[in-house]
Amino acid sequence: MLLKKHHIVEKNVFVLVLGIFLTIIIGGIVEIVPLFTMEQTIEKVEGVRPYSPLEQAGRNIYLREGCYNCHSQQIRPFRDEVERYGHYSLAAESMYDHPFQWGSKRTGPDLARVGGKYSNDWHVAHLIDPRAVVPESIMPGYPFLAERELKFDDAQAHLETLKMVGVPYTDEQIENAKADLYLQAMADEDYEELLARYPNAATGDFDGNPAKLTEMDALVAYLQVLGRMVDFTTYNPQLNLR
Amino acid sequence: MSQGSMAQTASTPVAVDYNMDVVRWGALATVFWGVVGFLAGDLIAWQLAFPALNFDNEFLNFGRLRPLHTSAVIFAFGGNALLATSFYVVQRTCRTSLYGGKALPSFVFWGYQLFIVMAAIGYVTGVTQGREYAEPEWFVDIWLTVVWVAYLAVFVGTLLKRTEPHIYVANWFYLAFIVTIAMLHLGNNLAIPVSFTGAKSYSMFSGVQDALTQWWYGHNAVGFFLTAGFLGMMYYFIPKRAERPVYSYRLSIIHFWALIFLYIWAGPHHLHYTALPDWAQTLGMTFSIMLWMPSWGGMINGLMTLSGAWDKLRTDPVLRFMVAAVGFYGMSTFEGPVMSIKAVNGLSHYTDWTIGHVHSGALGWVAFVSFGAIYHLIPVLWHRERLYSMRLVAHHFWLGTIGIVLYITSMWVSGIMQGLMWRAYDDLGFLQYSFIETVEAMHPYYIIRATGGLLFVLGSLIMVWNVYKTIRGDLRREAPIGTPATVAAE
Repeated sequence: MLLKKHHIVEKNVFVLVLGIFLTIIIGGIVEIVPLFTMEQTIEKVEGVRPYSPLEQAGRNIYLREGCYNCHSQQIRPFRDEVERYGHYSLAAESMYDHPFQWGSKRTGPDLARVGGKYSNDWHVAHLIDPRAVVPESIMPGYPFLAERELKFDDAQAHLETLKMVGVPYTDEQIENAKADLYLQAMADEDYEELLARYPNAATGDFDGNPAKLTEMDALVAYLQVLGRMVDFTTYNPQLNLR
Repeated sequence: MSQGSMAQTASTPVAVDYNMDVVRWGALATVFWGVVGFLAGDLIAWQLAFPALNFDNEFLNFGRLRPLHTSAVIFAFGGNALLATSFYVVQRTCRTSLYGGKALPSFVFWGYQLFIVMAAIGYVTGVTQGREYAEPEWFVDIWLTVVWVAYLAVFVGTLLKRTEPHIYVANWFYLAFIVTIAMLHLGNNLAIPVSFTGAKSYSMFSGVQDALTQWWYGHNAVGFFLTAGFLGMMYYFIPKRAERPVYSYRLSIIHFWALIFLYIWAGPHHLHYTALPDWAQTLGMTFSIMLWMPSWGGMINGLMTLSGAWDKLRTDPVLRFMVAAVGFYGMSTFEGPVMSIKAVNGLSHYTDWTIGHVHSGALGWVAFVSFGAIYHLIPVLWHRERLYSMRLVAHHFWLGTIGIVLYITSMWVSGIMQGLMWRAYDDLGFLQYSFIETVEAMHPYYIIRATGGLLFVLGSLIMVWNVYKTIRGDLRREAPIGTPATVAAE
């Protein structure tokens, strides 16, 4: 019996290490590798685009503040979740998310489709003092975001890095990264080119402080695009059965 | 045979020049980081009950302190406990000193502390990859890789120069932990930095692939860091303390290989009903349920080692810590497979139930078995006759146990309630509760949980005092445990 031969493993370090390595590597290979090779893993949908420089800057702030510790971005296909938050999440919607931010806990509500649900003013007031707008909230306040200037002068380098890991930014998008960053957060400008590059992007002076491009501008721009890239009135799930 | 070699080790006079410095440092670091991690945890627990405690301050808000808490407990407290005990156990069971002279093991220890400090500073200042339990940025990851390779070299090198014919079972588990964590760490931290002079990087993978890679890592941080490594601890310290051989050699072989094979597959149960393809979810659920068996194999082997020595639980609170730990291990490795069933997970996922489950494992199993090992080691390492006070150990045990019970029961109630409230409908077919109403309903349970955590912290402070007095060489005059109080008074 195999158990009787186990002394070979117990007396030879290299056999033991090799045995352990071969035993632990199988599961990951079987589960992870097909996700990269099977075409139907990511649904084919219209509208999912790379983040604008301002949205990406806001996303980085979302990570920095650890928002993912309390907010998910992944709606499950349950009646109550679809009614509460909107259409269940598709894999395609996070295909440009480096890293993914699906989350694991809902101390606060899911944010996968929070974009467009509240006004910019509401977000700013809520982030500065959550209890000013939702008295029962237990969310920390982030007043410092409204005061701090956004540091994203290396927007171009960020987009280039994202391109290296697979986000299909065009040369035009990379070239205009810094200009687009400022333009998106300015009030009453001509956004035509920006919106051609980043359809559906929310524009305007998000934080109500035209004097300064703040971290608040970026974070609100990010929150306002969440879940708004795919038009679900025309989405046909039958085409993407997995 | 493996038991034989242990008994031999115990009876032979020490002729080997063991490297115990690094074990002593590791034991102290375990106690220190434990208190830091528990305090951080209790602070953020109170923040959830009373949000004013976030102070609107960027360095003190929940979002930044929560990774600090999880990493302090898992990697700083747990990691140092594993470092200290693995270096102790591998020397004693191989009857040889650590490979690499004084320098390499010292590098592993101090290099690891530097990793902890760099990671902690990163969390508080917002330098993070935004991946749960893998938050440190690329440069910290590279440093940890260097330290980990050195750790593997010391451990394997020591096994190679052993004077015992067999490699004792505890070392299989430690070795599996070291090898697997190396693989997971490298696999889950593939990222490209924006610039080599800046902290920020972007992960190589995105979306669904990134999610499964992360939970392949995340679940096996539990499986190998917090389980396999600590099973190694169990396999040395329980037989040692109970003065009984391991219950079943065959069971240890079977459950070892089954455990490390099955654990790796269980990651997708963190992604049930998400955009992860169904086949992967089903596979993850299936293996999670199968994992129940080897987990309980370990529990049975640990508990049954007490056969014929159960009476020691009455008189030895150190052993009591270890045995209660194995009990909590059995409980949470049963709860885990239950929660991995999709129908159950539909209710439990995203709720406090998960948090309670994690803490029955982290506080009940990981921390308790570590406390047991620390209490056993301190007098041995500092050549003291015994601990300063066994009665203080008993107080620590009961404070900790009551704390855990408050914690996990309140999280069961709040988690299940939260899940049910989210999906509740009224007679007219509308969602019955707004989200904020479910948040409000959690308030009393968050207070109970934070109170439980406070008891756990107090217990750990008693340990600090006891360890300090023991190292100083003080002995508290007290009647042995198990004698009635009246006799003790006389």
